Amino acid sequence: MTPARIVAGAVLTLMVAAPFLPLGVSREYTIHVLVQIFIWSFIGGAWSLMGRFGLTSLGHGAFLGIGAYTTTLLWNFFGLTPWLGAVVAMLVTAVFAVVVAYPCSRFQVVGHYFGLVTLAVGEVIRLLIVAERDWTGGSLGVTVRPAGHDSVLAMQFADKRVFYYAAFVLWLAGLLIWWRLDRSMARSAMEAIGEDETAAASVGIRVSRFKIGITVLSAVLTAVGGIAYAQYISYVNPDTLAGIGVSLRIVFAVVLGGMYSLLGPTVGTALTIALAEYLRILFGLKFIGMAETIYGFVLIVFIIFLPAGIYGSIRDLLRRRPAALAAPAGTTA
Amino acid sequence: MIDPLFLTEAAINGLLLGGVLALLALGLNLIFGVIDIVWIAYVDLVMICMYAVYFLVQVYGYPMWLGGIASVALGALLGVAVHVLIISPILSSAPVNQLLATGGLLFFLQSFATFLWTTDHRSVRLTLPRLEILDMPISVARLIAFALAVLAMLGLYLFLTRTYVGTAIRAVSQDREAMSLMGANPQRVYVVTSAVGGAMAGLAGALLIIQYAVHPFFGAAFGPITFMICVLGGLGNMVGAFVASFVMSEVIAISGVIWSTEMGYVIAFVVFIVMIFVRPGGILARRS
Repeated sequence: MTPARIVAGAVLTLMVAAPFLPLGVSREYTIHVLVQIFIWSFIGGAWSLMGRFGLTSLGHGAFLGIGAYTTTLLWNFFGLTPWLGAVVAMLVTAVFAVVVAYPCSRFQVVGHYFGLVTLAVGEVIRLLIVAERDWTGGSLGVTVRPAGHDSVLAMQFADKRVFYYAAFVLWLAGLLIWWRLDRSMARSAMEAIGEDETAAASVGIRVSRFKIGITVLSAVLTAVGGIAYAQYISYVNPDTLAGIGVSLRIVFAVVLGGMYSLLGPTVGTALTIALAEYLRILFGLKFIGMAETIYGFVLIVFIIFLPAGIYGSIRDLLRRRPAALAAPAGTTA
Repeated sequence: MIDPLFLTEAAINGLLLGGVLALLALGLNLIFGVIDIVWIAYVDLVMICMYAVYFLVQVYGYPMWLGGIASVALGALLGVAVHVLIISPILSSAPVNQLLATGGLLFFLQSFATFLWTTDHRSVRLTLPRLEILDMPISVARLIAFALAVLAMLGLYLFLTRTYVGTAIRAVSQDREAMSLMGANPQRVYVVTSAVGGAMAGLAGALLIIQYAVHPFFGAAFGPITFMICVLGGLGNMVGAFVASFVMSEVIAISGVIWSTEMGYVIAFVVFIVMIFVRPGGILARRS
C-alpha cells in the first residue's frame, strides 16, 4: 500500500460515510452542496473528454438543456418515468450531437470557430426553450411534477441521502469512463488529431469517426448530468441549464482544476462551488452581485497565474520535487 | 399572409438595427483580427460605457455630446486596461485560457454592475423629432446611430490604410512573427489596437444608450450575436463584418415579425452555423 492509496481509501470512506456524520443542523446543507459538486464534476468530466483534445465546446449547455427538458417534459405531460425518459433524452442528445459534430468535422471547423459554433448551438437551444413557452414555461422554467411520495419510478425522494449516493455513484462512473478512455487507443488517436488533423489522417486514423464519437460520448454524459441535476432540484430553467452562462461555468470549473488530469474537473468544480457558496453565505442578501464579482475576479487571477489549473499545477510541482531530489542522488552513485 | 407593409417596416428596422450591430462588431473584429483573441466581455465594456453616459447625461445633466466623448475616452481606457492587465500576461497561453480570462471578466463586469447599480433598466431620454415615411414611424435615434456607425467604419478604414500606426496594425494582423523580426514591437501595436477597439465600444455605448435601456445583462443580450457577426464577416475583415451585420439584422427583424423575437435570433444563429460550414472564411471571402 502506497501512501497515495491509503489517502485515497480514507477519502473514499469518508465520502461514503459523509451523510451519516453527526453534523447537526448543517447536515442537510452539506449534503446539498456535495450532491451539486458530484453532479457538476461529472458534467465537467464529460466536457473535458472533448476539451482535452482541443475541441473547446462553449455550448455544452445545449446538451444539459436537451437532457433535462426531455425527461422533465415527458414526465410532466405523459407521465413517462424519468428512467425511460433518460433513455429517450440520451438518444435525442446523441442524434443532436451527431448533427452538430458531423459538419464541424466534415468542414474542419476547429479552434475559435469550433468554440463559436458550439456557442451558437447553445444559444439556439436556450432560445428555443424560451420561445416554446407553452410547453416549457419559457424563461420562468418548469417544475418537475411531484409524485407526492417517495418513488423510485419518479426518481423523487424526500431524503437527500438517496440523491447523495446516486450522485456519488454517477461521479465514480464518470471517473471510470474518463480513466478507461485515458488508457485506450482512442486517446492516442484523439491526441494526434488534436495536434495535426492532416498528419493524423495520413497515418490511417479515421479523423471524423473519432471526433464525432468523442463528441457524442461527451454530449450524452452531459445530458445524463443535466437529467440528474433536474431530478435533484426538481425544477428546470433555461438560464441554469442552457445557454452561454452555464456553458462557460462548466468550462471554467474544468480549466480551473486542470483538464488533463482525472481529478482536475472535480477539484475545479468543488472549488468553484465552495467559493460561490461561501460568498453567498458571507454576503447573504446584502450586497447583491458582490459574491459573483469576487467569483469573476478570482477566476481571472487563477487563469493568469495558474494556466495548468490548480490540480495540474500542484501535481506538476510534486512531480518536479522528487525528480530534482533524485537527480543528484543518481550522479553520486 | 403577413401585410407587406409590416414586412417593409421590419426590413427598415432591420437595416437600422444593422447599424447598431455593425458598430458593436467593428471594434471587436479589429481586436479579433489583430490580437487573435476573442474578448467574450467586449459588449460588457459597452455596457459600462452606457452606464457612464447615463449617469453623465441623465443624472448629472451634462450635454449628450460631452457624454459621448467621455464614453469614447472611457472605452479606450478600458480597452488598454483589459489588454495590459488581463490579455498580455496570457498572450502565449492556450487559446481556451485566453477565452476564459475574458469570460471571467464578463462575470466580473456583469455582477459588479449588478452590485453597483442593481438590475434596474435605465435609459437616457432625449427629445428627438419623430420621423414618418409612408406612415411608417422611423426612429431618429436609430437613424443617427446608423449614420455614425457608417462614419466610424469609414474613419477606421482610413486610420488603418492611411496612417503609419494603421499600417503597422495591419502588418501585425497578417504576420505576427515577421513583424517582430522586422524590429517592430507587437506589444505596442496591441495596446493601440485595444485602445481603438475600446474607443469603438465607447462610441457604441453612447449610441446604444439613446435607443436601448441599459442593465447589467445587456452584454449577454448582444454579446453572442456580435461574435457571430465577426466570424460571419471574416476575422479582421471590416467590410465583411459590416455586410454581415445587415444580413443578420435583417434575418432577425423579418423572422421576428413572422414568428417571434426569440425565433428571429434562433434563425440568425442557425444561419450563422450553416454559413460557417459553407463559407468558413466569411461571406466576402473568395473560395480557394
